[in-house]
Amino acid sequence: MSAQKSILYPLVAVLVLILIPVIGVKLGLSYFFAVVVPYAAFIIFFGGILCKVINWARSPVPFRITTTCGQEKSFDWVKHNKFDNPFTNGQVAVRMALEVLCFRSLFRNLKMELRDGPKLSYGSAKWLWLGALAFHWSFFIILLRHMRFFAQPVPGFVDMLQNVDGFFELGLPQLFVTDAVIVAALTYLFLRRVVVPQLRYISLPSDYFPLFLLFGLVLSGIGMRYFFRVDIVKVKELAMSLVTLKPTVPEGIGALFYVHLFMLSVLFAYFPFSKLTHMAGVFLSPTRNLANNSRYKRHVNPWDYPVKVHTYEEYEEEFREKMKEVGLPVEKE
Amino acid sequence: MADVPKPEELAKIDHTPPETPWMETPTVFKDGMWCYGAKPQNLEAVGMPNPREWSPKDEDWKLPDDWKEIVLDGMKDRLGRFRSFKLFMDICVRCGACADKCHYFIGSGDPKNMPVLRAELLRSVYRKNFTLGGKLFKKVAGARDLTMDVFKEWWYYFFQCSECRRCSVFCPYGIDTAEITMMGRELINLLGCNIDWIQAPVANCYRTGNHLGIQPHAYVSMIEFFCDEIEDVTGVRVNPTFNRKGAEILFITPSGDVFADPGTYTAMGYLMLFHYLESMGLDITWSTYASEGGNFGFFTSHEMAKRLNAKMYAEAKRLGVKWILGGECGHMWRVVHQYMDTFNGPPDFLEEPVSPITGTKFEHAKSTKMVHICEFTADLIRHNKLKLDPSRNDNLVVTYHDSCNPSRGMGFFEEPRYIIKNVCNNFYEMPSNTIREETFCCGSGAGLNAGENLELRMRGGFPRANAVKHVHEKHGVNMLACICAIDRAALPTLMDYWVPDVEVTGVHELVGNALILDGEKKRTTDLRGEPLPGMEDIEDEDL
Ligand code: HEM
Ligand code: SF4
Ligand code: SF4
Repeated sequence: MSAQKSILYPLVAVLVLILIPVIGVKLGLSYFFAVVVPYAAFIIFFGGILCKVINWARSPVPFRITTTCGQEKSFDWVKHNKFDNPFTNGQVAVRMALEVLCFRSLFRNLKMELRDGPKLSYGSAKWLWLGALAFHWSFFIILLRHMRFFAQPVPGFVDMLQNVDGFFELGLPQLFVTDAVIVAALTYLFLRRVVVPQLRYISLPSDYFPLFLLFGLVLSGIGMRYFFRVDIVKVKELAMSLVTLKPTVPEGIGALFYVHLFMLSVLFAYFPFSKLTHMAGVFLSPTRNLANNSRYKRHVNPWDYPVKVHTYEEYEEEFREKMKEVGLPVEKE
Repeated sequence: MADVPKPEELAKIDHTPPETPWMETPTVFKDGMWCYGAKPQNLEAVGMPNPREWSPKDEDWKLPDDWKEIVLDGMKDRLGRFRSFKLFMDICVRCGACADKCHYFIGSGDPKNMPVLRAELLRSVYRKNFTLGGKLFKKVAGARDLTMDVFKEWWYYFFQCSECRRCSVFCPYGIDTAEITMMGRELINLLGCNIDWIQAPVANCYRTGNHLGIQPHAYVSMIEFFCDEIEDVTGVRVNPTFNRKGAEILFITPSGDVFADPGTYTAMGYLMLFHYLESMGLDITWSTYASEGGNFGFFTSHEMAKRLNAKMYAEAKRLGVKWILGGECGHMWRVVHQYMDTFNGPPDFLEEPVSPITGTKFEHAKSTKMVHICEFTADLIRHNKLKLDPSRNDNLVVTYHDSCNPSRGMGFFEEPRYIIKNVCNNFYEMPSNTIREETFCCGSGAGLNAGENLELRMRGGFPRANAVKHVHEKHGVNMLACICAIDRAALPTLMDYWVPDVEVTGVHELVGNALILDGEKKRTTDLRGEPLPGMEDIEDEDL
C-alpha cells in the first residue's frame, strides 16, 4: 500500500469515528455512547489483553535466548554488567524495570551516516527515545490524573500529580505540562513517520491509526479543558455512576465530551488486536526477561523430543580401518 | 559467479527506499547476493525433505503440490512451540530503531534488509493466516497471501541475514530478527530449500563429525603436520592425543581451525598451550568423532542443531572425561552457551569444571560443564601460570573484533581482551559503537560464507571493515584478532577487499607466539614463518 493511502485511510477512519458520537448524541443515543460503548470497550480491552497474554504464555520458551548487552558473569576479577546481562532473577527485574520505565534499549539508538571516503559513522540519536518517553509518560500521568473523576474523595496522589503537572501556573484554567508534552510528542512521532523516508516506507495504516486516535483523544480532551468548557460536575456524575455500576446519564454534557469518550473507547477496544499489545508483550519478551545463566543452571525445553543422531558406533563402523592405520584407538578390533 | 564491483563502486550506497511500496516491489535475485541451492545427496544424507536437483534461479523450485499447507502448518506448529516467534509477530510497533542497525542494510541499502522489513516479510503472511485483523482487512492490515513469489522473497532475504542479533540490542522490546530468520529458515527447510553452503557441512558433520568432511585419519595427520610446523618454529615437539579414554578434559574446536589459514595458526596456539601445561598436570584429548565445535545445523533448524550437537556430550561420556574445553568459535558458543544443556543435557556423567592448573572452579559453567578456552587461558594468565614474551608480537598492531554470537548470545568481552593485552604490546579498540554488544558481523555468518554470494559478503562486512580501516589509518593497526572460525575464514577476504594491509588472527595464535616453552630454541619467526621483530636479518643469514 502506498504511503499516501496508508496515511489517508486511517485518517478518514478516525474522522468518521469522530462524527459517529456527534451524530449519535443528536439522535438521542446518549445512553448508548455514554454507557454501552464504554462498558463494551472496557470488557473488550481487559478480556482481549487477558486472552492475548494467555495465548502468548501458552507457547513455551524452549531456549534461554537472552540478548546479552554487557559482560557476562564469569570470574570474580571480571566486572559483571549486571543489568545489561543479568545473571539472577533480581537482576532481570532491574533490567526489565529499566526497559519499561526508561526505555533502556531505545536509549542506545544511533544514527548511521555514510560519507565520502567511504566513511561510516554512528551518531547519537536520542530523539526517538525522548519522544517515546515523553509520549508514554505524559499519557500515563494524564490517565492517572483522570482518577479524579472516578473516585470520591479524590485520592491525595491525584491532587499532588495535578499540582506538580500544573506547576507553571500559566493561563486559566491552569496549563498542564503533560498536555503540551503529549501533543508535541505525538506530533513528533507522526512527523518522523512521514518525513523519514525509511519510516514512511515501513509504516502501515495500523501505525498511523493509533496515532490519529490518540490525537483525537488528546485534542478533544484539551478542547474541553481550555476552549469549549463542558460541565465537569456532570461528567463526574457520569463517571461515578459508571464505576459504581449504576449508570445514569446526566443531561446536557457537551458533544465534545462524547467524542472524547468515544475515542477512548475505540482505543481500548482496538488495543488487544493491535501492536499496542506491546504494553503487555514487553514483559514476556524472552530476549529481555531471562537471566543469562544457561551454563550455570539448566534450562528445560518442555517439548523436547529425541532426535536421530549419528552414533560413535556407526562412525567407527565406517572408519575403523582408517582409524587403525593412524593408530587411533577403536572400540571393536 | 558474478564479479564484485570495486570497493569505490560498492560504497556508493543509496539508503532511500524506492517509490513503490515494499509489498508491490518484486524481489529480483541479484547475482552475487544469493547462494546455490542444497544438493539432493546432502539433503538425503540427513533425511531432510524434498531432495532434488534445483537452482534458486529456476522458475520452478520443484516443490510438492501441497507446499503452502506444509509451510502454514509449519508456521502454526512453531507459533505454538516458540513464545519468541508468536510474540515477535505481534508486538513490533515499526518504530524503525532497528532499521539502520543491520550491516546488510548499511551495506546494501536494500530496504528489505532492514530488520523490521525482513520480519514483516513473514509477519504479513502471519497476519493473513493467523490474525482476525489480517483476515478481515487484508492489505490495509499489512497482510498478504503466501504465494510462490513471497516464498522466494523469504528465501532471498532470510539468507541475507546472518542471525547476528545486532538489531535485537536496539529494539525496545528485544525483538530478535535472528529468531525470526531462524523460523523462516526452518519453514524453508520443510521444503528442502536450504542453501548448499549450509547443507553440505551439515551432511558432512553428521557423517564424519566435522563440517569439512575430514575423515579421522586425515584429521590426525593434519594435526601432526601442525606439530611439525611447531617443531620447526620452536624446536619443541608437542604430542597431542586423540580419542583417548580416561583423559580429564575433552577439547573440541571448529574444524575450520584444522583446515585453513589463518585458523591453523590458532590450532597451533592451542597445541602449544596444552603442551606447556602438560607437565603442570593438564590431561587433555582431542576427538575425531566430535571434531567440530561449530554447528551448521543451527542455521538449518533447532532439530538439526540438536542432532549435530549431540556428539559433544556423547563423546565426553564415551571417553569418560570430567569436562569439556571449547575452542574459539562464534556460533559454536551461542549453541554451547544457550542451547547445548537444554538440547542434550543434563550431562550428569561429567563433573563441575575445575582448572587442573590453577584450581579455579568455573562456577558459571557448572551445569553445562563446558568452558571457553579464553576463560581457561585468561585464568591461567591471571594466576601467573604462563611465561609470556609479548614483545614477540611487537610487529603487530592489534585490534579486536567481537564476534556476534559470543557478544550478544553470551556477553563474552573481557576475557579475550585480557589475554590479548597480556600477549601483545600494541592494542587499539575500534570505535565504541562497532564493538562489544554493538559489534558488526563479519558479513558471512550463519552459513553465508560461500563464494557465489561474495558481493553480499563484501556489502555486509562493510561496516566492520570500515571500522578496521579507521584504526588502521589512525593507529597503524595491521592485525585483526577474533575468536571465531568463521571470522578467520571470512575476514581475510573482507580485509583484502576493503583494508588490504590488515591480516586476521585468532587470539590463541597470539598466545602461541608469546608463550615461552620449556627447552625451546631461540625463536626467529612467528607461527606463520614470518620473522620476529628484530630478527629480520637473522632470517636473511639463514637463507
Ligand atoms: C509498559 C508499557 C509500555 C511500554 C514499555 C511502551 C514502550 C513503547 C516504546 C519503547 C515504543 C517505541 C517508540 C515509539 O515508536 O514511540 C512505543 C511505541 C508506541 N506506544 Fe508504547 N509502551 C507502553 C504502553 C503503551 C500504551 C498504554 C499505549 C497506549 C496508547 C502505547 C502506545 C504506543 C504507540 C501508539 C506507539 C507508536 C508510536 C509511533 O507510532 O511512533 N504504549 N511504546
Ligand atoms: S526496533 Fe523493534 S519494535 Fe522497532 S521496528 Fe524494529 S523490531 Fe519493530
Ligand atoms: S540479526 Fe543481524 S543480519 Fe539479521 S536482521 Fe538483525 S542485524 Fe540484520
